[in-house]
Amino acid sequence: MEASVLETILIASAKVAALIGIVLTACAYSTLLERKVVAWMQNRMGPITAGPWGLLTPLADGIKLAFKEDLVPDSVERWTYSLAPIISFIPAIMAFAVVPFFGEYNILGFQIDGVISDLNIGVLWIFAVTSVAVYGIALAGWSSGSKYSLLGGIRSSAQMISYEIAYGLTIVGVVMLAGTLSMQEIVAQQEGILSWFVFKQPLGFILYMICGIAETNRAPFDLPEAESELAGGYHTEYSSMRFSMFFIGEYAAMIAVAAVGVTLFLGGWQGPFLPGFFWFGIKVFALMFFYVWLRATFPRFRYDQLMAFGWKVLFPLALLNTIVTALFVVMDWDVWPW
Amino acid sequence: MNLDLVIFAVSSVVAIFSAIMVFAQRNPIASVLYLILSLLSQAVLYVQLGALFMGAILIIVYAGAIMVLFLFVIMLLNLRGTEDLGLPSHPLSTPTKIIISTLFAVQIVLVAGRAALPPVTAGMLVEPDPTFGSVTEVGRLMFTEWVYPLQLTGILLLIAVVAAVVLAQKERSEDEPVVTIDQAGGPADPPTEKVG
Repeated sequence: MEASVLETILIASAKVAALIGIVLTACAYSTLLERKVVAWMQNRMGPITAGPWGLLTPLADGIKLAFKEDLVPDSVERWTYSLAPIISFIPAIMAFAVVPFFGEYNILGFQIDGVISDLNIGVLWIFAVTSVAVYGIALAGWSSGSKYSLLGGIRSSAQMISYEIAYGLTIVGVVMLAGTLSMQEIVAQQEGILSWFVFKQPLGFILYMICGIAETNRAPFDLPEAESELAGGYHTEYSSMRFSMFFIGEYAAMIAVAAVGVTLFLGGWQGPFLPGFFWFGIKVFALMFFYVWLRATFPRFRYDQLMAFGWKVLFPLALLNTIVTALFVVMDWDVWPW
Repeated sequence: MNLDLVIFAVSSVVAIFSAIMVFAQRNPIASVLYLILSLLSQAVLYVQLGALFMGAILIIVYAGAIMVLFLFVIMLLNLRGTEDLGLPSHPLSTPTKIIISTLFAVQIVLVAGRAALPPVTAGMLVEPDPTFGSVTEVGRLMFTEWVYPLQLTGILLLIAVVAAVVLAQKERSEDEPVVTIDQAGGPADPPTEKVG
């Protein structure tokens, strides 16, 4: 008994450590991916100086940020100012706790499940964590004592609250079809490409992607950071590592949205030939590429357009998707030939 | 070392401490943060009791939605730091507060003394029914046994939403015909101009 508790704790700790390492590296290289892809789309080279093809750029950026002076303006509320980057960073990482990276493997004689905790309320956990993430941004904006930060923070919180409703409703469709809230079970139900939920919930997937982009404050919904109007938005007054925590948090949230999207709609780690982990990575990469592609393609929304779009287009559509799915589930209509 | 006991002790102490700190200091933003901390540790207690669903809902609804609105109001009113609202307290307010709290404390002691609490057996937690607190079980109860209270709560919330919409309606300009609720027998038309 005692040994198995210890074993459980050790395996869990190892998984958490590996996960944090992977997510942080992925965050760092997402910045490079973004700069490179946007550069190619705009017929530029992108970063090329640090390492071959600029591969060491994230490392150089990290070192630069770590050694910059940590400026704290006089007008800030000290406690909340220091707390805000942490609050915006932690929930983004916590969301990964229920995302299954692979199925069950036997590594060194231990049976290891490819998810840190296969909670039977996994999907609710994602909601809970993403709904807490808004505090970091709101508090950063408020505590900076600068009008640009405050406006950026308020915009961003309003945006996140508005899009969270549609975001939640799109996931409800998948949950109703799957009949479970456990992420690992949802993946298990999507064996074979035709049983992916993206084919049963096409509208749901599109809405999920749009809401996910808005939730993570990415282009074309990156209003909180509109440089031309608000300087840097909520992180205007932050520098050095505090700034980079916002940055990492934003990229971690992006990867989390992509990972959850892959799990719920694109079959998770399921795929032929390659081990589950690779499939998961490939799918997440595809969604991340899609994010960057959108950023290079679309101009930014105006604030009132953004709010109107969220409340008058996305929310009713998500509701429609939920109701129609509910009807299909209740009537037991199986319209998919496969 | 009993892990359950440690988690229980830590989260209850944090929950009570932060609940006290909500009113024991004067910075409104810190109050909101302490309330969120209290809610999070209460969620831990729920999870420990096997009520995973309750714990998750507590975080999603209270910590994730309601408290965001609290924070919003405070941010928009821009109540900074230990700023005083400048309202002098009524001379009767202090004695009333003391009397109410004393009476309430006495009542708690009386009730707690009279109630026959079951003896605490070894181990902090009674092993719950495995389905207890699961989403399926909560859903089944909510939509069968408690369906009327659920519907009534829904209607109550709807009324609140309608009331909020009516209150938030913009003042009509001079040249527009004024239609009051009494004359029309229903709420006035929504404003036609774009909000946002």
